[in-house]
Amino acid sequence: MVLLAAAAASGLTAVLAALLLLAERYLANYGEVTLDINQGARTLEVPGGETLLATLMGQGIFIPSACGGKGTCAYCKVKVLDGAGPMSPTEEPLLSDAEVADNVRISCQCKVRNDMVIEVPEELFRVRAYRGRVERLRDLTHDIKELRIGLIEPERIEFTPGQYIQLQAPPYGKQRESVFRAYSMSNPPADDRAVETIIRLVPGGICTTWVFTVLAEGDEVDFTGPYGDFRLSDSDREMVWIAGGSGMAPFWSIIRYMRAQNLRRPCTYFFGAVQKRDLFLTDELNQFAQEHDWFTFVPALSAPAEDDDWDGETGLITEVVDRHVQDAADKEIYLCGSPGMIDAAIAVIKPKGVTDDRIFYDKFA
Amino acid sequence: MILAQSTAEPYPTGISVMAILLSAALTDNILLARFLGMCPFLSISRHLKSAFGMGLAVLFVITCTCVLNYWVYMYLLVPLKPYGVPAESLMLILFIIVIAAFVQLMEMLIERISVTLYYSLGIFLPLITVNCAILGASLFMVTNVTGRGFGTLDVLVFGFGSGLGWFIAIMLMAGIRHRLRTAKIPAALEGPGITLIITGIMAMAFVIFQGMIKLP
Repeated sequence: MVLLAAAAASGLTAVLAALLLLAERYLANYGEVTLDINQGARTLEVPGGETLLATLMGQGIFIPSACGGKGTCAYCKVKVLDGAGPMSPTEEPLLSDAEVADNVRISCQCKVRNDMVIEVPEELFRVRAYRGRVERLRDLTHDIKELRIGLIEPERIEFTPGQYIQLQAPPYGKQRESVFRAYSMSNPPADDRAVETIIRLVPGGICTTWVFTVLAEGDEVDFTGPYGDFRLSDSDREMVWIAGGSGMAPFWSIIRYMRAQNLRRPCTYFFGAVQKRDLFLTDELNQFAQEHDWFTFVPALSAPAEDDDWDGETGLITEVVDRHVQDAADKEIYLCGSPGMIDAAIAVIKPKGVTDDRIFYDKFA
Repeated sequence: MILAQSTAEPYPTGISVMAILLSAALTDNILLARFLGMCPFLSISRHLKSAFGMGLAVLFVITCTCVLNYWVYMYLLVPLKPYGVPAESLMLILFIIVIAAFVQLMEMLIERISVTLYYSLGIFLPLITVNCAILGASLFMVTNVTGRGFGTLDVLVFGFGSGLGWFIAIMLMAGIRHRLRTAKIPAALEGPGITLIITGIMAMAFVIFQGMIKLP
C-alpha cells in the first residue's frame, strides 16, 4: 500500500517535472538575438532569456552593479532605444521621469527577449575584469585598512586619479553569493601595476567583513574597473577638498598624481575624524604640506579623547570648513564621503558663492 | 429565503450551478467566511491596481487548479483507493505539487504571450503558490465531490466562485483602504491592525448571505 502510494506520488511528480522541462525548453527559449550598441559601433549576437546586465557582463562589457542584479542599487542604468519591452514594476521606483523619457532602463531588471538597440557610455568599454594578488593588507586605524593588490592579468591598469574599482567578495562563511562593492583607487596612475584602496569596516557589511576577517596577503582577488567620473577639472582654480574616513582614498591618489605632474594648483584639504585614533596618513600629508606651498592640510577632530593631546582644529568638518573658507566664488569644491556628510558640507559651502558646476563629489563611501 | 437548491445530480441543472457559484463566492467566501488567503490579502490590498492584478491571478489559478486537482483525485487517487492508498492524506501533497507546477508553467506561458500581462499579473504568480486559499479551495472541492457528488462542471463553477469571492474581498478592501488614507488612525493600529479590524467587520457583514443560499 505504501509502495503504491509512493509510486502514484512519484509518477505524478515525474510527469509534471517532464512538462516543466519541456516548457522551459520551448516556452522560455528566446533564441539568439542581436544587440546593437552605440549606433552600430558594436553588434553582438547573444542568447536571449537573461537580463540585459547579465548578457552584457557575459560579453565582456562590465556595467557597474553593486547589488548583483537585485534591483536595489540602480548603478546598472543603460539606455535602451528599442526592443526593451514594457517597463517592469521593479524598475519604476528607481528611475526619474527624465530618465524614463530618455529611454534609460535598469539593466538587471530588463530581460533580453528580442533584438535590442542600446547605448552604453564609452568609458565602460575600457572597463576590464582584473585578477590580482593581495600584496599588502595593513591597518591604518582601528577600523580602516589599506589594501594593495598587485595585478596578475591584465598586468597594467590605466585610469585617471579619482576613479574606483568594483571589488568582488566571494562566498564565505554564511554568505552564499559573491557581491561587488565599489572602492576608490588610492594609488597614483603612475603606479599602474597595482591597485590600492582604503577600506573602512562597515558593521554587518558583506565585503568589508570579508576584507577584515578572511582576506590575507597572498590571496587572489577579482575586480573590475576603472569606473567613475570623479576627477580633477581642467581649470586652474583653487580647490577645497573635504573628506572623512575612507573618503581619503581618491584624494590620496590625486595628490600624488599632482606631485608627479608638478601641478601646482593651490588646494586646502579638510579631513574630518572623530578622535586622534581615527586619523591616518597624517605624517605623510603633513610632510606634503611642508614640502609644497600650494598644499594645505587641515585635519579636524569632532570629539577628541582626553588623552589625545590635540591642538589642531576641532568640531565637525562642516564647521571647520565654515570657519576657514570665507569666499568661495572662484574656488572648486571636491567632496568624498557619506551622502550625509556631503549634503551637509554642500549646504555650508554654497552660501559662500560657489556655483553648482564647480562642486564635484563621490557619494558612495 | 432559499434562492436556489442543488439537486446533487451527476449532471446538474442550470439553477444549481448558479447556487454553487453564489455559495462559493458569497456565503462560503473563502476569505471572509473561511479566513484563508489572508497573507496576500493584507499586504497587497494597499493599492487598487495591484489588488486587481492579484485578485485576477488568484481567480485564474483557483479555477484551473480546482479542475486539475479534481482530475487528479478522480482518475488517480479514487481508482487506487481499493488497494488501500489513503486518498485523503495523499491528496494534500499531490495537490500542492500540481498547484506549484501549474503556476510555474503559467508564468512561463504568460511571459511568452504578453509581457505587459506578465508585469501586471505574472509577478504575483510566484506568490500564489503558497496562498493557502488555493489549496483550501481544492480541498473543499474534494469534500463537495465526496459529499455532494460534484462533477467536472460543478467543480469548475465552484473554483471560479471561490476565486471570485477572494477577488471581491480584496477589491473591497483595497477600496476601503484607499478611503482610509485621509483618516486619522491611532498609531498602534496603523497597517495590519486596522486592516484586520476592517476584515472582521466585512466578515460580519457577509454573514448576511448565510441563510440566502443553501446547498443541501
